[in-house]
Amino acid sequence: MLSNKLKIRLSLLAGILSWLLFTFFDLYLLFVERYQLNIELSRMLPQIFLSTLVLSTIAFYRFSITKADSINFLDLLWRVFITGLITTIGSLLIRVFFYVFGSSNISANPLTINFLYNILIALIIVYLVSTFVVWKRLILYQKSKNLIQLWGFFEYALYGSLVFDLFGNKFLSVNFNTALIFLGGLALILSFNLKWIAYLNFKQKWKSILFILLSGIYLYHFLLNLMSFADTKALSIDLLDRVYFVSLFVFIILYAGIAILVTLFNLPTSSVFERKLQEAIDFQKLSQSIPAGQSEEQTYDILLESSMSAVFADAAWLEIKSGSANHVISRGIAKETIGDIKTTVKQEFIRKILSYQVTYEFSSAKVIGSLNHPDFKSIIAIPILVQSQQIGSLALLQEVSDAFNREMVDIITTFVNQASISIENFQLIQEALENERYKEQLKIAKSVQKSLLPSVLEHNDKFDIVAFSMAADEVGGDYYDIIEPLPGLFNLVIADVSGKGTSAAFNMAQMRGIFHSIAQSKVSPKEFTTRANLALGKCLEKSSFITAMFFVLNTIEQKICFTRAGHCPGLFYSASSKKITNLTTEGVGLGIIRNSGFDSYVEEGTISYSPGDLLLLYTDGIAEAKNHEKQQFGSEGLINSLLNHIDEPLDQMKESIIGDLVTFLDNNKLDDDYTLTLVRFK
Amino acid sequence: MVAINTELIEDIHRISVVGEIDASSSIELDNAIKEAAKNHKKILMDLQQLDYISSAGLGVFISYLEDLKNQQIRLVVFGLQETVSEVFSILGLQHLMNIKTSEKEAIEFLNEG
Repeated sequence: MLSNKLKIRLSLLAGILSWLLFTFFDLYLLFVERYQLNIELSRMLPQIFLSTLVLSTIAFYRFSITKADSINFLDLLWRVFITGLITTIGSLLIRVFFYVFGSSNISANPLTINFLYNILIALIIVYLVSTFVVWKRLILYQKSKNLIQLWGFFEYALYGSLVFDLFGNKFLSVNFNTALIFLGGLALILSFNLKWIAYLNFKQKWKSILFILLSGIYLYHFLLNLMSFADTKALSIDLLDRVYFVSLFVFIILYAGIAILVTLFNLPTSSVFERKLQEAIDFQKLSQSIPAGQSEEQTYDILLESSMSAVFADAAWLEIKSGSANHVISRGIAKETIGDIKTTVKQEFIRKILSYQVTYEFSSAKVIGSLNHPDFKSIIAIPILVQSQQIGSLALLQEVSDAFNREMVDIITTFVNQASISIENFQLIQEALENERYKEQLKIAKSVQKSLLPSVLEHNDKFDIVAFSMAADEVGGDYYDIIEPLPGLFNLVIADVSGKGTSAAFNMAQMRGIFHSIAQSKVSPKEFTTRANLALGKCLEKSSFITAMFFVLNTIEQKICFTRAGHCPGLFYSASSKKITNLTTEGVGLGIIRNSGFDSYVEEGTISYSPGDLLLLYTDGIAEAKNHEKQQFGSEGLINSLLNHIDEPLDQMKESIIGDLVTFLDNNKLDDDYTLTLVRFK
Repeated sequence: MVAINTELIEDIHRISVVGEIDASSSIELDNAIKEAAKNHKKILMDLQQLDYISSAGLGVFISYLEDLKNQQIRLVVFGLQETVSEVFSILGLQHLMNIKTSEKEAIEFLNEG
């Protein structure tokens, strides 16, 4: 397809060519006639080129004048004005020529007259067609289907008249009149499409009246010029004999006249229309302030200013409570006098609004009130509600009494509602940011806690040890550790803090501190448990406790000594008997008994082990893990899993047991921390 | 989810617990015991329909051990299901709390002292 630019250039070229050919043949024919030369040349030739001149001018303007939208009405009229000015100056120059050479032979020569007339024709065509296209754009602004059809009909009728003109009808002949009346009627009907005027503001209306008036004057001037040419009787082609041009004249004048009248009558109401438009724009601004990332202050400003202009308020203030701070913005009134005005409000309901006591729907009549104040007599007060909580109020003041009506309240209420949504959004964003910060903190806590669990488990060549721990939340309360205080002697612990999450994680850190301080030297399990209970009893909350199992692995004597402080019993597998023993000695959780007497409940157990024997320690997160049917994995599940994988290498055994647990859970989320520690003796 | 009902039978404050006690519902248990301890010296807890108790729930019982003893309030629980009973005993609470199998036994215990 041809680009728009190319189309414009081509039609311009066609127009210039058409005019040159038209003038050439016109003058040539005149020359032939004058000197009685015997040359056969159709009289139709200049007529045809005149028509192509018109058509290419139409094409040129159709492509170069863009569609009308609310912004460029005045630009379009300005264009008409400028085109008119240039063409009129051109035609004035022609008049000057006649004035200067009025008495000489040159001005009486039909060739000169016709040549100048042809120039005038070109100027008039340019002006008429450009104005016609502009009028068309204006008429078809906000078009309907019927209008498009009627316009299409009119335009084709005009094209038809171009053909009609080839037959050389005379001005005011019967055929001529019939065609003119028909086209004029259509033009009159179309001329009443003036919707664009409503979108002009007061100033623009005055400007457009001026431009249209001037374009009418140009037209009048052209008409005079044409008539004075017609008077010379020397014309070979008279534009006034052509229906097309006369109809264009009629149409342009009709539309200009009606547009001027309608614009004049619209002047008084334009301020109302402008205000409505402003309300719509303000509303749009408020709703756009939600995603536009504007600050809360900007939203408050927009709300305050658009509300004031919507109801012609003399003064206003906006009060917003955010946190403990009270945010006040005011216009036309000092912040100090707001308090005074509040006391002069006569209506109870408005006083309620101004003191943050409204959380429900209200009728628009109730928020209009009167004041007993020397400067201001009327007030509108609207509560600003966010999630059924009054977070602020908007008050608008007028110097005269009874200045506000319900319609105004409705507009303001709409503004306020829109602003409330924005404000709510700001708050949500704020909360989201805060949550993000907490998440970040939890991430840090998680990595800190990870470092509290041993990265390397101390051991010697007499046993292997592996461990696995997983928290239900970001941080958890499970703990395991191993320390070698003397060669061949290992202190091993597994512990589970009651509850889960952050508080459990803090207590787990306490447990680690206690273990690392006591277990650095040789200590009996009972001693360790008693001392740990004493320490924890002083620092744990009343409702918190820690269950633990403490082991001393003596790899020299091949002996395990242990205590169980309320913890789920560890499992001991004997390789020779292939049997599992529950390590159930008596004991109470740490931190439960805070006075003396704890040690009387704690029993110490001892087992001798042989190479190949295995110790499995776990926290109740594993035993209490539930699947979708609310069945618990249980210690039985753990024992079965252990026996199934007993021959696997220790690392793989750990993976297999966790795998069995995960399979049992079947995508059900774990709601407790869980830990597994395996020791195999060599 | 847990449902806690309390009633007064003569001088015994009877609390029955139905359902599961986890970290969130342990608050209700805490409130029930706190309320009972305000006015009554004998508290009877029916745990026959307690299906599960988490460590946080156990923490509630533990937090009252000392206070009740100091105020000479007797709290006795009875009718523990097997799994719940196991949880109590693993933690060693049978040494520290009055746990009975039947309501009759529990009431007798309360009326002894």
